[in-house]
Amino acid sequence: MPSDQERILVRAAGEVIPGQIVNLGIGLPTRLSHYLSEEMGVLVHSENGVLGCRPRTTGEAPDFDMIDSGGAYIATRPGASVFDSAMSFAMIRRSRVDITFMGAFEVDELGNLANWKIPGKFSPGIGGAMELAQKVKKLVILCSHNDKHGNPKILSRCRLPLTAPACVSRIITDKAVMDVTPEGLAVVDIAEGLGVVELRAATEAELIIDESQLGRF
Amino acid sequence: MTLLNNKFQAVEEAVARIPDGASIMVGGFGSPGTPFALIDELLAQGQRGLTLIKNDANEPGIGISRLIEAGRVNRLITSHIGLNRLAIEAMNREELSVEMHPQGLLAEKIRSAGAGHYGFLTDIGLGTEIAGKRREIECEDRTWAIEPALYADFALVHAEQADRYGNLIYRGTASNFNPLMAMAAEHVIAQAYRVAEPGSLALESIHTPCAFISQVVQITEATSEQGRRHHAV
Repeated sequence: MPSDQERILVRAAGEVIPGQIVNLGIGLPTRLSHYLSEEMGVLVHSENGVLGCRPRTTGEAPDFDMIDSGGAYIATRPGASVFDSAMSFAMIRRSRVDITFMGAFEVDELGNLANWKIPGKFSPGIGGAMELAQKVKKLVILCSHNDKHGNPKILSRCRLPLTAPACVSRIITDKAVMDVTPEGLAVVDIAEGLGVVELRAATEAELIIDESQLGRF
Repeated sequence: MTLLNNKFQAVEEAVARIPDGASIMVGGFGSPGTPFALIDELLAQGQRGLTLIKNDANEPGIGISRLIEAGRVNRLITSHIGLNRLAIEAMNREELSVEMHPQGLLAEKIRSAGAGHYGFLTDIGLGTEIAGKRREIECEDRTWAIEPALYADFALVHAEQADRYGNLIYRGTASNFNPLMAMAAEHVIAQAYRVAEPGSLALESIHTPCAFISQVVQITEATSEQGRRHHAV
């Protein structure tokens, strides 16, 4: 039985089209790199200044000048390049990164995202998240559907300070896959074994659900 | 700017130019590219009341965290300090004043200074809580925020190779903020593992031309060993 996080990652890997340039946020999204095979021919961008990074294989010695934005020692794939921070963010602001995956504290019906600050509790700084959320063409959120106390993270409106407004394309949680549409959050897939009533109960946002079209994952 | 023939100096001599209260850009994203030897010399010499500009605060016990832990830094302009709990604690105790910018804007503010501009116009951050803190103008029917360039008195940068005139070559992801800061500060001190004679570096492989560099010092790879360790992630 795969864990919730593994199910999210397997489902998320299906969002990447071979040949794309992909950015992975810190935490769960970084682990997606293990699900992107060399054959897919994607280049993973990390905002500290590398395009084409991959996880080191077991036993591969670290190069101390090669890290990703999460601080892990990385290796590179054929076609990779390294560059400075201004170049790295030019790539992001010019929308040359095709898709990015990020975690979330809160996401809402308008596709607003909050994932960097909890006033009074957690404010380490936003890093590169604001530019990535605002400028990358497709932003996919990977997160648990509810926080550790069971509170919904998929809300009518975000309450925390925003990373960027109206930036999210798709949300993949342990319970559902949802698209941000002009009409609201439309459920694409629902977790194996979960009912629509349970899903709605675990969600603050209104969900648009067409049961005849619903996939399982 | 120092004359070409006088740029190659000892670490102690180069760092001794920095006075109390200086604003100092420090290269590096995490450990790669952090000029550990220059920072350690700054710690040893005792300058105080510093304003540091760095992407992050390194990690406890290394790099600029040592200066922060020693109470030598009044103000930090940065993007993310999540890997340094000591810096967060100093910020929360209000011993360290911290100014945070989105990372790409921090890089661009420094690049803008390096290009000799006042600043630039951007739509990054509109619709978020940083928006109201900046001047905004209308151009071509759109709203833009004015982001002033970020200059500094000094920059401390790390390069893989250099020559005696201060031409620099960076390596891997150790580039990051270094080439931007090398252009944005009034006085730039570069450290490199190898400082060669002028003419020995391939012309087209030079990342930062020597015109921007004030002093260059040679360090041993062992000097930076404290930054070369396995991360928790």
